[in-house]
Amino acid sequence: MEPIDVIEGDVTFLDRSDVDTDQIIPKQFLKRVERTGFGEFLFYDWIKDGEIELSPNPILVAGPNFGSGSSREHAVWALQQFGFDCVIAPSFSDIFYSNCTKNGFLPIVLPEEECRQVAGAGEARIELDNQTVACDGGKFLFQIDGEIKRRLLGGLDDIALTLAELDSIERFEDGPGGTRGPVTTAVD
Amino acid sequence: MAMTMFEKIWESHEVRENLIYIDLHLVHEVTSPQAFEGLRMSGRALRRPDKTVATADHNVPTDGTPAANLIADALSRKQVELLEANAREFGVPVFSLGSDSQGIVHVIGPELGLTQPGMTIVCGDSHTSTHGAFGALAFGIGTSEVEHVMATQTLVQKRPKTMRIDYQGTLAPGVTSKDLILATIGRLGTAGMNGHAVEYAGEAIRALTMEQRMTICNMTIEGGGKAGMIAPDDTTFEYMRGRPGVPEDFDVKVEEWRQLVTDEGASFDDEVEIDASALSPMVTWGTTPGMVVQVTDSVPDPAVMESPVEREAAERALAYMGLSPGTPMTEIRPERVFIGSCTNSRISDLREAASAIQGRSVHPEVRAMVVPGSAKVKSQAEEEGLDEIFQSAGFEWRGAGCSMCLGMNPDILMEGERCASTSNRNFEGRQGKGGRTHLMSPTMATAAAIEGHFVDIREWE
Repeated sequence: MEPIDVIEGDVTFLDRSDVDTDQIIPKQFLKRVERTGFGEFLFYDWIKDGEIELSPNPILVAGPNFGSGSSREHAVWALQQFGFDCVIAPSFSDIFYSNCTKNGFLPIVLPEEECRQVAGAGEARIELDNQTVACDGGKFLFQIDGEIKRRLLGGLDDIALTLAELDSIERFEDGPGGTRGPVTTAVD
Repeated sequence: MAMTMFEKIWESHEVRENLIYIDLHLVHEVTSPQAFEGLRMSGRALRRPDKTVATADHNVPTDGTPAANLIADALSRKQVELLEANAREFGVPVFSLGSDSQGIVHVIGPELGLTQPGMTIVCGDSHTSTHGAFGALAFGIGTSEVEHVMATQTLVQKRPKTMRIDYQGTLAPGVTSKDLILATIGRLGTAGMNGHAVEYAGEAIRALTMEQRMTICNMTIEGGGKAGMIAPDDTTFEYMRGRPGVPEDFDVKVEEWRQLVTDEGASFDDEVEIDASALSPMVTWGTTPGMVVQVTDSVPDPAVMESPVEREAAERALAYMGLSPGTPMTEIRPERVFIGSCTNSRISDLREAASAIQGRSVHPEVRAMVVPGSAKVKSQAEEEGLDEIFQSAGFEWRGAGCSMCLGMNPDILMEGERCASTSNRNFEGRQGKGGRTHLMSPTMATAAAIEGHFVDIREWE
């Protein structure tokens, strides 16, 4: 994935709570077997029905519990391919947050009041290394797990990092940990 | 030191801090193609096919189509055929359309005895929390993590917090585990369990059957929970005994599994107490599972809601649902009824629904369908004659799959149609664009099909 450093530019505000991944990318677009081609279908029903208008700015600000529901990573791909580089919200669902970090798409948690200030300012500058969001209303600090941050800053490949520890995995499998659970290939 | 069940399972699976070993990886056709492609692109093998199993469920038609290459929808056909091809290429066992063991991934895992206490189980599907009913740590992951598990049999994970919900008393007659979890989400909110592995405990939980427990753990994600878990006990072991995937030294393992339960005095990050005996049958009125009331209540009035965010969301939900504040829930009339999904499509759900029919017929203005969760549930139900009971009452009897829970297959709602559904999500458009979903238990859905409006099952003659 692409490394993240500074994200700067205009802000799009989606002032809704509990935006679920079924809205972000409706199910009829999940039949694609590629990772690409989802951007044009972002919020398909809401946009088609004229409920919302979205500009593909670098920064998206949304309401609490963003990305709830289905685990579909297609939601992150769609946001990214539409043109967003990050999303700021008061809270995220766990799976969605994790999916963001696996794609170099920065999820930022800020209190609701600060989210509204960023949205109101209309533009902002985000520095991942310093964990700051700066806009006309002020400069806000955000929290992010140190290891997730390191991987995002470096654009590191999770699988390659884990495979570098293959010895520990094999040692685990040789111990009692390797004996749990069924042998799926023996079940019919 | 006293430990919770979650802590015991987590710590026994740490390859190192924040890298946990996965005992079982369940795969389906929608969230796996990009992961298999990722392996191919990087020349990586699927590390442990013997800890992986695939099935086709989200996309499959439920009209009796016997094989992937006969699926009418071209994109669905391609996705299911690709699942079969990928499984062959990487050596993964697959139960695709036409297999005796095909079905919804969260139905077949327990059914085949693959789901066992003390395991870590993942799947590219948020309802993976279902398997926690067996005292396993089970959670949904995205496609990048699916690929990570395929390549390494591990996951990079930050340890979640823990929560225990203690249900005192037992459920009253007519109140089911579906009502219990809907009431819980209504109370804690759709983000109330975010970041937590949740243990459901107490007298009411111990009294439930395994299939009822699965319904509860299944909907953990609708409260934002990372994983839902229930301590394994004799109910668990008797349900598992004799299933194909269970260990040969079953009784020895049972003694090990008994040690998994949360120790006396172990502490949780959060504790909640709920009086189970005070719960009523529940029905959702809005567009999140947290927008739920007792069936005896009326559609709530946004004007009296204190938080502006909540008020605005409720107003939008009512506009979408075509409902007015103050309407008694029992006056709401569905045009469709769906009995199925990974929440409520197991044999006991179908038995309960069938036994509620009592010779009556589906209301003339309602179209009702019953979709068994797996091919095995379907054949078991047919052996018991349940298909006859449903069909003679006017219910459609379908093949196994996710069906109308998510509308990725031909089973969908039309614009504006209202549905009494035993599934897990009432999001806008979830069952079809413009469709209006009300979540409830299988018996409540059956009663709605027959009466043509929602009914309080406790009062139903």
